[in-house]
Amino acid sequence: MNRFEYRKLKNTLASGLALACVILALIPLVYILAGVVMKGAPALSWEFLTSRTAGTGEPGEGIGNAIVGTLLLVFYASMIGLPVGILTGVYVSEYGNNKFGTTVRFFNDVLANFPSIVVGLLAYALVVAYLNVGFSLIAGSFALAIIMIPIVANTTEEALRMVPNSLREGALALGVPRWRTVLKVMLVNGRAGIVTGALLGVARIAGETAPLLLTSFYSSYWSFSPAEPIASLPLTIFRNYNSPSEVLLQQAWGAALVLIVIVLALNISVRLLMRKNKRRPKAVKNRWMTRLPLKG
Amino acid sequence: MASSRGLRQRGRALRFGGDKVFEYSVMTVATLTLMLVWMLVVRMIIDAQSSIERFGFGFLTGEDWDPNRDIYGALPFIFGTLMTTGIALLIGVPLSVGIATYLSELAPPWLKGPLSFVVELLAAVPSVIYGLWAMYALRPVMVDTIEPVFQSVLGWTPLFQGDPVGLDKFTAGIILAIMIVPTIASVSKESMMAVPDSQREAALSIGATRYETTRMAVLTYARSGIFGACILGLGRAVGETMAVTMTIGNANLTSWSLLDPGQTMASLIANNWGEAQGLQLSALIEVGLVLFVIALLINIFARIMVGRFMGRIPTTGGGL
Amino acid sequence: MDDKIATKGLNAYFGDVHAVKGIEIHIPKNAITAVIGPSGCGKSTLIRCMNRMHEVVRGARVTGEVLLDGHNIYGSQVDPVQVRAKVGMVFQKPNPFPTMSIYDNVVAGLRLNGEKDWKKLDSAVQRSLKLAALWDEVKNQLDASGVSISGGQQQRLCIARALAVEPEALLLDEPCSALDPIATAKIEDLLFDLKQRYTIVIVTHNMQQAARIADFTAFMYMGELVEFGVTKKIFENPDKELTEKYITGRFG
Repeated sequence: MNRFEYRKLKNTLASGLALACVILALIPLVYILAGVVMKGAPALSWEFLTSRTAGTGEPGEGIGNAIVGTLLLVFYASMIGLPVGILTGVYVSEYGNNKFGTTVRFFNDVLANFPSIVVGLLAYALVVAYLNVGFSLIAGSFALAIIMIPIVANTTEEALRMVPNSLREGALALGVPRWRTVLKVMLVNGRAGIVTGALLGVARIAGETAPLLLTSFYSSYWSFSPAEPIASLPLTIFRNYNSPSEVLLQQAWGAALVLIVIVLALNISVRLLMRKNKRRPKAVKNRWMTRLPLKG
Repeated sequence: MASSRGLRQRGRALRFGGDKVFEYSVMTVATLTLMLVWMLVVRMIIDAQSSIERFGFGFLTGEDWDPNRDIYGALPFIFGTLMTTGIALLIGVPLSVGIATYLSELAPPWLKGPLSFVVELLAAVPSVIYGLWAMYALRPVMVDTIEPVFQSVLGWTPLFQGDPVGLDKFTAGIILAIMIVPTIASVSKESMMAVPDSQREAALSIGATRYETTRMAVLTYARSGIFGACILGLGRAVGETMAVTMTIGNANLTSWSLLDPGQTMASLIANNWGEAQGLQLSALIEVGLVLFVIALLINIFARIMVGRFMGRIPTTGGGL
Repeated sequence: MDDKIATKGLNAYFGDVHAVKGIEIHIPKNAITAVIGPSGCGKSTLIRCMNRMHEVVRGARVTGEVLLDGHNIYGSQVDPVQVRAKVGMVFQKPNPFPTMSIYDNVVAGLRLNGEKDWKKLDSAVQRSLKLAALWDEVKNQLDASGVSISGGQQQRLCIARALAVEPEALLLDEPCSALDPIATAKIEDLLFDLKQRYTIVIVTHNMQQAARIADFTAFMYMGELVEFGVTKKIFENPDKELTEKYITGRFG
């Protein structure tokens, strides 16, 4: 084989290797999805989704309280996480071209990369211990909110950064006060990006386990008081994953299925939203301009 | 005349006064992120005080973790973290660079988007589900096939002593590798796609094959971005809790063998939280502090490397 | 005079866009041929067909033949990689490899072919940089990064890099459009010297440049070859009215 043929062979092998890497990475994904569906689907039934996790291993249990628990945790977390995240993103994008803005951005990035168990430690230290609320729904939501904020802030900032400056300049030149400009830009042009960020944030925190381990702990009952521990889907999986009881193991797989359906649905919606936005015509600019008050 | 000008000035001040109010309100909210970080650090240091005072720097080299004698040392867990993340990088980096190369240079245009999305979906799967899957699908494969093979070939090295049980550092390392692949691959892919076409043309025009072009013009140009991607992946691996907790075997021992169970800093906290109190609790929090510092340093380093090359790092979903 | 490169019925497409329409052109050996024409007329596309660079773009297609010394480079047995080593190209914006030194840039092509003998590499570097009129300026800084030198020097480095693999023809796509007049003059001078050993095709939007250095000139308009001939004739006494209009600046 001469030199040239050797080079061609290397070329073919390298291309094949790269493709092999892709396939190799997709195998676990397919395997996990298939496994969760196959092992979790048999458990699903109306009773299963509406009974509570008694933890006794007797038939007749379900993950109803875990589902509601996750929904509540996410809901309360969003109440804090969404506004703080969005406004932080707005600040950094619209007012943040100074040292303070850079500092905020830096700290936001730091927050984004906290190991989630460390976030759990903070929420524990502040809410469970210092404020003496104990293991609770509110502590869990606080931890999840901390995780959510940087995600929402980042996507908000990016969405707003993509809005062309000519819109802002045009409005300011017409005499519209800065705060109204920012609001308009946010609500009209940046809307899609903000929604994307919110969905991504929710998708992420729905699956978080470690911080909940330290904050909301677990409850086998239907109690939903904010100051009490509460069940959640990820923790249902963690508690039961190596249980010898077949019933409890079923809970884990069933919870896994519900959880992954939620997470995947959210991620796919984000993807579809992003594609829809790429095709949106620039005529939005005109509509926005005509909504401005005329100077008298 | 004077009065109407005064009125107009006041009117303008009223309207634009709203500006300042708005700006400061938003700024206050933004400051919350700063406050959160500070609160965390301060609170953790306070809570770890008793442990810090008791053990000093010996905490980092102490090998014993014994609640009965109230003696705590973090070495086994630092060790465990290092070994599992080491394996994760060893497997994950080549895999990710291969994926990034395919997505950036070789994939047909209609496939690029959907395939990138599917790879990113790997990051969206919650960590606890990875752990569940590892328990029932990965572990049997490890015990029956992979670990025996490694033991027969490399059993003479200290890395592969002992009997394969399946819940050990090796398995934890592998699941960790799968979990960091989307991070490293997507940032590497962005870095590679940012390489200008003129570079590829330069290589092609002197008679390079596609592979040679990628190696000569793309990978070298994007190398700091790719390196930064790997560090980012390392940062994720270090802080990863649930999947590791569920696969590492929960044993507080320092051992070189990958086939032995172990414990990482994160899994230690997860496994011991419920019952810990007093000095043990303080020691656990100190471990959390060490973990935080390590993760922080890694991420700052990563940011410098990637930031040198491109503006931002994309945030992807995925529970830890 | 023999043709080095000849095309027969050459058509090039970007997807549905028909950029080069049925061109037959004969590029003489050891001479400089300029290709002129208004923006978008297809001149860059034409020369990129001559070293099979056009097809690198997704969706790009070529039909027809391009003959290098009588052999069709689009033949079914022909590998584009080998074609590109025989027909070199220099681009509009200088594109040296930033992570490599000047030395490594020049020998990049040789190393691909497995050349490891540093004596041969050294002599190739010296030879190529001399041909590119860059040797005296950089001989003491061969280790410096390929992008640490000025724009004009970078472009000459790219020429040296292309020449190092000893091609048979050299294609240049508006090589001076990003450079100042002095750098341009240096490159024009070196091309004049090169033509004794190589066949050179240069695309330019600068008519004075074509008039200065080219032996032959081809005028293209909207994807078609309008006229081809000795430069003097094209500029002083063109056959086609369209050519005259372009030369006298009445459009484009």
